[in-house]
Amino acid sequence: MNAIGSFALVAILAVPAAAAAILALLPGYRVTARLNIAASLFTFVIALALFTARPEPGRYLIVDDLNVVFIALNTFVAFTTSVFSASYIGHELETGRLTPVYLRFYHAMYQILMFAMNLALVANNIGLMWVAIELATLTTVLMVGIYRTPEALEAAWKYFILGSVGIALALFGTILVYLAAQAEVGEGMDAMAWSVLVTHAAAFDPGLLNLAFVFLLLGYGTKVGLAPLHAWLPDAHAEGPTPISAVLSGLLLNVALFALLRFKLLLAANAGALAPGPLMITMGLVSLVFASFMLYRRRDIKRMFAYSSIEHMGIITFAFGIGGPLANFAGLLHMTMHSLTKSAIFFGVGHIAQARGTQRIADIRGLTESHPMLGWGLVMGVVAIAGMPPLGIFMSEFLVVSSTFARQPLLALPLVAGLIIGFGALMLRLQGLVFGAPSGSRDTQVTASYVPMFAHLGLVLLAGVYLPAPLVAWFQNVAARLG
Amino acid sequence: MALIQGFLVQGAQMALVLILAPLLTGFVRKVKARLLRRQGPSVVQPYRDLLRLLRKEVVLAESASWLFRAAPYMIFAATWVAAALVPTFAAGLLFSWSADLIAIIALLGSARFFLALAGLDVGTSFGGIGSSREVMIASLAEPAMIMIVFTLALLAGTTQLSGVASFMLEENVGLRVSLGLALVALIMVAIAENARIPVDNPATHLELTMVHEAMVLEYSGRHLAMIEAAAALKLLLYVSLLGCLFLPWGIAASGTGVQAYAIGIGAFVAKLALGGALLAVFETSIAKMRVFRVPEFLGAALMLGLLGTLLLFVSRSL
Amino acid sequence: MDAGLQFDVAHLLAGGLVLVSFMLLYQDRMFGLLNVFALHAFVLALSVAWQAFIQDAPHLYVTAAIALLFKAVIIPVALHRIVLRLGIHRTLETVVGVGLTMLAGMGLVALSIVIMLPAAVDADPLAREDLAFALSVVLLGLLMMVTRRNAVSQVVGFMSMENGLILAATGAKGMPFVVEISVAFSILIAFIVIGIFLFRIRERFDTVDLQALEMFRGERS
Repeated sequence: MNAIGSFALVAILAVPAAAAAILALLPGYRVTARLNIAASLFTFVIALALFTARPEPGRYLIVDDLNVVFIALNTFVAFTTSVFSASYIGHELETGRLTPVYLRFYHAMYQILMFAMNLALVANNIGLMWVAIELATLTTVLMVGIYRTPEALEAAWKYFILGSVGIALALFGTILVYLAAQAEVGEGMDAMAWSVLVTHAAAFDPGLLNLAFVFLLLGYGTKVGLAPLHAWLPDAHAEGPTPISAVLSGLLLNVALFALLRFKLLLAANAGALAPGPLMITMGLVSLVFASFMLYRRRDIKRMFAYSSIEHMGIITFAFGIGGPLANFAGLLHMTMHSLTKSAIFFGVGHIAQARGTQRIADIRGLTESHPMLGWGLVMGVVAIAGMPPLGIFMSEFLVVSSTFARQPLLALPLVAGLIIGFGALMLRLQGLVFGAPSGSRDTQVTASYVPMFAHLGLVLLAGVYLPAPLVAWFQNVAARLG
Repeated sequence: MALIQGFLVQGAQMALVLILAPLLTGFVRKVKARLLRRQGPSVVQPYRDLLRLLRKEVVLAESASWLFRAAPYMIFAATWVAAALVPTFAAGLLFSWSADLIAIIALLGSARFFLALAGLDVGTSFGGIGSSREVMIASLAEPAMIMIVFTLALLAGTTQLSGVASFMLEENVGLRVSLGLALVALIMVAIAENARIPVDNPATHLELTMVHEAMVLEYSGRHLAMIEAAAALKLLLYVSLLGCLFLPWGIAASGTGVQAYAIGIGAFVAKLALGGALLAVFETSIAKMRVFRVPEFLGAALMLGLLGTLLLFVSRSL
Repeated sequence: MDAGLQFDVAHLLAGGLVLVSFMLLYQDRMFGLLNVFALHAFVLALSVAWQAFIQDAPHLYVTAAIALLFKAVIIPVALHRIVLRLGIHRTLETVVGVGLTMLAGMGLVALSIVIMLPAAVDADPLAREDLAFALSVVLLGLLMMVTRRNAVSQVVGFMSMENGLILAATGAKGMPFVVEISVAFSILIAFIVIGIFLFRIRERFDTVDLQALEMFRGERS
């Protein structure tokens, strides 16, 4: 069992890396797109094996309760995004937005990004986790700027600057954690291994741990997109290619939040450390309310959904800040549901932008008439993200609200207000987008693959109605450990 | 007996600084000239200048008030007292209880005050320009100086110069960042206060951008001699201050014999020569700054002083 | 060599790094900026080498050598060439005046000392104070990134921030290979950024002045 587990662990890292190397060398769009899909599928299947066969925690890599579902989620969304990307990028090639050389670059970067995110999820060494997240940030910066228009370059530069600031603060926090651990565990690799740290965390110096967490929250929080550190997010989503927006919203934000959760677990183990709750609650609420208000005035469709991502990350951070088994469970569930739903929405939005040739909301009308599948898919996606039953997000939002009422009733007021404001904005925009007479002079028929979008939405619908018992048990287990 | 001896030594120091001051100025000029491949005036030329000025007639403007006539004496007296208080060859002298760093700053400040008033007194525009610029420089240089004093006082536990000098000599001070920063800041302040390049040019009398020379433009005769002597004393004061605080080796402790004093005097003269030579090299290698950049220069000195004080709190806790 | 002198030299070098960070803030000409950055990397290399000596950790000598070779020599030379090619070796302006920037810098140094010193009362004093200096350098690098408009000077600010992080990592005794990896990453980022962005930005705009870039500000809709 362990051998299979170790093999699987190495494979989910080795396969993307090898695929990236091969993809950089191959010309020809069709071959590389198919290879991309194949590699992602292969990685996903291997990741499923990790559910049954877990390797021993090593010095550098670990597969434990916290990351096993995220690994599966990551590889799954990576796979569906690669399917979407295959159908999307072909159109970009035709319209000349991307040249063949950059296409090779794009596919190779995609696999490197997958490698980096998988590495961040399975890293046991906190330094290695930092390195992996930095690598992921770097590849997304390069990919955001891939269209090389002025707006894309500005978005990429802004992302780079803010991302580097976040990375630097996160590294400082990591060093502080090492310093706290070193006093207890001794020097060397062991003081950076998370599995060792969490067993000794009760004896660390609380002051150092607090300070470290503040830096980590600021640093990794920039990557999660918490206000006021969110300034890079809307531009990066709007100006990069849509598959990258899907991966950013669906995966990278989650991975950054996962890193924060690892450190939150450390703090939870230490009795003297400041409860990270109030800090996370504040940032979460600010993000939620701010983003909900910003949803009203957006004129670009991708930017609007980017703010929606900020809103939901705010809700998740808030949930983890409230703490307690119910809220933690809600947070974990929301991470999963949001990842699936937001990427589905971006799949739809990508094809819409291609069909209408514009990203401006005012120029897109009557989708249900001109492109029924896209239109109704978008309706379902927006309804899901706005938090309507019976889709999955309603369940997690409901749990967050109820646990807030139970623990901190006063906070429920801004929480619910933010949720309602966001709901209103989304519904308002949705009406204009999908109903009415179709607009647009360029009604091209898009060779889109609707499978990824509907697959995700189907899963979200399923989760809203029935969550399989092992999954519930896993969520509850992790929620209890999060404290 | 000991009291008379103390008076003698203290008096010797007062006379020493007065005698050596014009020599230092002449030495700096000579080195500068040599660096510029000129022969330059003789090293004792400032003495000749002072004697010549003392014998000349005083010419006063009609609008000059009593202040104009009294200021040179007050300036000279304040500067001489301040220069005499700084330990040159021996620490712990008779009047050293009054040799407080803050008192010295105050003495120099009052001298500057009278000089600025005298510049304004006659009502010419040159004098007005000089006075306003002098006060602008002072408004930045004095806070910088105070920060330096803070740094040193926090380290030594006293603002008394003898105490600081003996602290530097005896205690295991080691290589401290704050001292390095305080040294650089003090050098910058010294350059600004003594009207040296790059803040002011002491060599010409006709530039519109000068500061010190503009204030004393109306003076002549023995008044001018007093002011020139005060300027020379001020330069000596700053060089000996730098030597006493940062290069305290050679300063005799109080009460030791004539031999120690002789060594102290020798060391003092060597420090003066070194300081003068370095100043000459520095002045020759850099151009004068435009006046609006002087606040930046002094702001940097203030920052260095602040940083030095801050870094003291990152102490060596052993 | 007694422990007091070791402390003092380590503090001297770390304090010197903070001072050079202030000098970086003060520069308003491109070539001066690059020269001061080379000095910054040089002082960092000295500091890391000294830490290698007193901690008896030979792998840190490698870090010092990398910092010296790449950040003090190769990158400034490369940036020098790029600046010449882009034709931007005239003055550059800061967004806020120099005086205010310096005051903000002093505030940040005071802040980092106030934060770090009480936070780790039990930890090794040398490491703790080293971290206070390192945090000052990081914050000063951040300040530089915020107060500059030119893309090249923002990159220099970022790299000075990375220098501060390397100082922090070497101060924490025995921290394994992350030091080498962070050095490698900063080089990687520097190359990629310099190579790709500056040329692309120049190509698009005939300038690397980000204020011109901000005509196409993202946040309009």
